[in-house]
Amino acid sequence: MIKKAFAMDIQHDPELHTVPPDRGAMDQQPKWRRDFPIDAVQDAYVARRDFTKYLGLTSLAFVVGQFWIALQSRWRRARGRAPIVAIGKLVDLPVGEAVSFHYPTESDPALLIRQDETTLLAYSNQCTHLQCPVLPEFDSGRLHCPCHRGYFDMQTGRPLAGPPRRALPRITLKVQDGTIYATGFEKERA
Amino acid sequence: MDAKHFFIDPNRCIGCKSCVEACSECDTHKGHSMIHLEYVDRAASPQTVPVVCMHCDTPTCAEVCPADAIKRTGDGVVQTARKPRCIACNNCVLACPFGVPKMNVGFELMMKCDMCYDRTSVGKSPMCATVCPSRALHFGTWEEIERLRPRSTPQNVFRFGRQEVRTKVYMMVPRDAGVEYVDVAAALNADDDSSASTSVAQEDLMLLNILQ
Repeated sequence: MIKKAFAMDIQHDPELHTVPPDRGAMDQQPKWRRDFPIDAVQDAYVARRDFTKYLGLTSLAFVVGQFWIALQSRWRRARGRAPIVAIGKLVDLPVGEAVSFHYPTESDPALLIRQDETTLLAYSNQCTHLQCPVLPEFDSGRLHCPCHRGYFDMQTGRPLAGPPRRALPRITLKVQDGTIYATGFEKERA
Repeated sequence: MDAKHFFIDPNRCIGCKSCVEACSECDTHKGHSMIHLEYVDRAASPQTVPVVCMHCDTPTCAEVCPADAIKRTGDGVVQTARKPRCIACNNCVLACPFGVPKMNVGFELMMKCDMCYDRTSVGKSPMCATVCPSRALHFGTWEEIERLRPRSTPQNVFRFGRQEVRTKVYMMVPRDAGVEYVDVAAALNADDDSSASTSVAQEDLMLLNILQ
């Protein structure tokens, strides 16, 4: 069917010039010659069947993607709550000092800050711009990323200046019997 | 308006290289000259031949391209290899019976004469034809060439051994020769059997010496 249509095109379309080297009929030629036409018009031509095939495959890919997303979120839920990790003793951390730790895994640096006697704050220590470690500046109440002069609010983790646009993920804390525990991440704030 | 064709008349070429320079000025050639100015037999004669792409109906360059990179547009002009496809394998350079494609090693791209596509597609002459002082390269209508060259006739069928090629570009051949095709390989065979044509060449050489 397609073969015939192609041969017809060659005869009637003034933009198609291809003559096989043996000067025979186009429908007598090997398949590769029809698959790789020399004329740009024929090269750019997309048969309805091919178009439909790609349409079907693309929709199928979208469907698979949707299922993948659903599975991912299910797995995330199944993985359960963030771990509770002991960071250290409250008495070891004087007011106006910070200590780094790792949460939730050993490869995620985090920062524990004791702003005053009653305020304990913990953030992921990776700047939301390019993951440089941030440093606390107690005088101005900010967290400073020296890589590109990014600043975050120490109280909330919101970006104040520089390239970062997203807040530092805040880690929720719990103090029990003089020990500080990291218990999870605060929900993303708008 | 009548359709314009490209006519090449090697007899009229004076070897001034204007076409070579003009070719590199064309916008579609990226500053590279795509025309070849060849000496027929440099030791014997100063005769030169301009070689542009003949734009075959069955382009050997495209036939041998393993990357499907050489395409011909609707008006029958075989274009430079497509950059995203060309793998710079040199197959086309070796295969073209006219020796037209050039490999641009820096670009990793085969570039060839595209008849100044930006110009001829809007009815202007190719750069080489606009500058040729002797009209060895002529871009015009059929009537024009009949009037201008009463002793020549355009020919566009070429034979390379068993391969026959019909081209979009015409070569002017003597009208009274009455040939049906240009047998390109004949000259090679004539050298081998040292027959009449060789003696003609020798006569030419003598004539040249006398003239000098």
